[in-house]
Amino acid sequence: MTDNNENSDAPLDEEGRVPKRVIGTPPPVGTQELLPRKEPGEGSSGYVLDEKKARSAERVAAAFFTLTFLAGIAFIVFYAVWPGHVGNIHRAARSNYTLGTALTLVFVGLAVGMTIWVRHLVTTKEIVQERHAISSTPEDRETFNKYFQEGTQESGLIQRRLLRRTLLLAAAPLGLLPLVLLRDLGPLPEKKLRHTAWKNGTRLVVDGTGQPLKAADFNSPGGIITVVPEGAENDLDEIATAAVLLLNLPVDKLKIKKGRENWNVGGIVAYSKICTHVGCPAALYEQTTHHILCPCHQSTFDALNSAKVIFGPAARPLPQLPISVDSEGYLIATSDFKEPVGPSFWERGRPKA
Amino acid sequence: MKWFTAWRRRPWAGYAVVLAALAIIGVAYAGVSSGADRAQASDTKASAQDVAKGKELFNQQCSSCHGANAQGTRNAPSLIGVGAASVDFQVSTGRMPAANYTGAQIPRKKRTLNDEQTRQLAAYIASLGGGPPVPSGDQVDPANGDSALGGKLFRANCAQCHNFAGSGGALTGGKYAPPLDKATPTQIYEAMLTGPQAMPVFNDTTVTPAQKRAIIAYVTQTRTEPNPGGSGLGRIGPVAEGLAGWLFGIGLMVVAAMWLTARKPSKKTRND
Repeated sequence: MTDNNENSDAPLDEEGRVPKRVIGTPPPVGTQELLPRKEPGEGSSGYVLDEKKARSAERVAAAFFTLTFLAGIAFIVFYAVWPGHVGNIHRAARSNYTLGTALTLVFVGLAVGMTIWVRHLVTTKEIVQERHAISSTPEDRETFNKYFQEGTQESGLIQRRLLRRTLLLAAAPLGLLPLVLLRDLGPLPEKKLRHTAWKNGTRLVVDGTGQPLKAADFNSPGGIITVVPEGAENDLDEIATAAVLLLNLPVDKLKIKKGRENWNVGGIVAYSKICTHVGCPAALYEQTTHHILCPCHQSTFDALNSAKVIFGPAARPLPQLPISVDSEGYLIATSDFKEPVGPSFWERGRPKA
Repeated sequence: MKWFTAWRRRPWAGYAVVLAALAIIGVAYAGVSSGADRAQASDTKASAQDVAKGKELFNQQCSSCHGANAQGTRNAPSLIGVGAASVDFQVSTGRMPAANYTGAQIPRKKRTLNDEQTRQLAAYIASLGGGPPVPSGDQVDPANGDSALGGKLFRANCAQCHNFAGSGGALTGGKYAPPLDKATPTQIYEAMLTGPQAMPVFNDTTVTPAQKRAIIAYVTQTRTEPNPGGSGLGRIGPVAEGLAGWLFGIGLMVVAAMWLTARKPSKKTRND
């Protein structure tokens, strides 16, 4: 490459043209060309239209423009005759269909008509536009270099070593300042991620009906139900973290973890319904395998074994809620979850955050 | 391979490839959705005669897997105490007799035993050890159900597997929650009550009969809901919509772009 910017230095072919090349395709070396090269329009006379074909193309394009006109009128008529905002949902559906179809025809007619116009009726001659090197002239570069050298010499930045180093030192913390400020972007989540509405004595009520549940009533093997804390059954913010999947598991197959001996009521166990991966509701319980599947990323938990992860991207078992029965036989929680529910967050492992 | 190279260079080859790909995807999708039968159970009093006839049917149709006395074998569970509701569900949906089916789970298929035979078989199994009976017509009448309450319960406890509109979904190891579009109100009730295959149980003390009827009302009403946005695409949610948008929408746009940028076929430059 030279710095000559007066003329492009790309090799000219035998006909005096710069070879055309599409970005991303290999250069046309020798005979290895992806497409057979077409000659540009004959000399500079442009493409000569076949008048008969042009006439029919004109008619087709005109027909599409007429379609656009009619569809535009139809849109206004449909809007006036069948407005979607009165009547029931069926009328709204019909309004959507008619208006959508009319508007589609408007734009399709316009687009197809214009494309036919451009492809069959516009006579353009192909031209070659030469590209030039982007770099500055050698004189400009030379001058810039000279001025720059002179400037650095005159400022004394090269000789005054102390000055130079303290300037760099002064600039260093400046780059760190935004990082420090990041800390105060918005309030911290406080302890909301660590606690739910469950506490000792809170009854388990059925999500949707709010009825408390007796252990004796939830007695069918292989049963499940979604429960929420009593008193928060209509508070969606609380349910978002406190939703619990209650399962009736075969007590003889249950592998109870040490320290969790009193967390189940005769095989009835309660796991957080919120997947520990990214927080989807993990509730696809199969009573044949006792697996709980999360539909989002196929994390699978073994309900018999403290909801241990047996497949998928979840990092931790589903937190288990310690449950018991009160004096009237209703299922209650005996405490909050012993660990934060749901997905990981930065300070999760910090003991007293 | 010369013919292929020649074919590939034809001006219409690109369009043909894109359109063929679209067609193959369309056919594959149509093949996935298939039809099945409809069934309705009846409930009448079980007589000694029914029990006797049911035993006869059981010996012919069921005993090879479930054992001569319905006590279960290595291949099939015991039927003692499962009740008439379970028999009615399994037989009226065609799942039983399963006839040596070796998949991840037994699919719904055309039923082989009629209402009368199903009733007799249910009477025999019920006589072995009780269990939940077939629900009455009033218990499953969607017209008497509170579909708003049913929707709440369905979304909290059923939608995770059966989808918010009852379109079904995948489980682990090839198992699946079937779509509910063909289930009759009686079958929906029986499925909740008995928990067939991998489905959990929702007994009457956890989800009361009135709440079950509400769920039935929700499921049946959802089927008749219109799709104001156009095609429902099986109502399986954003996955189907995204797939249709990407494959068909972008496929058509690719064809359009190919057409727009295609070289104008000109005979004038053929003289070289």
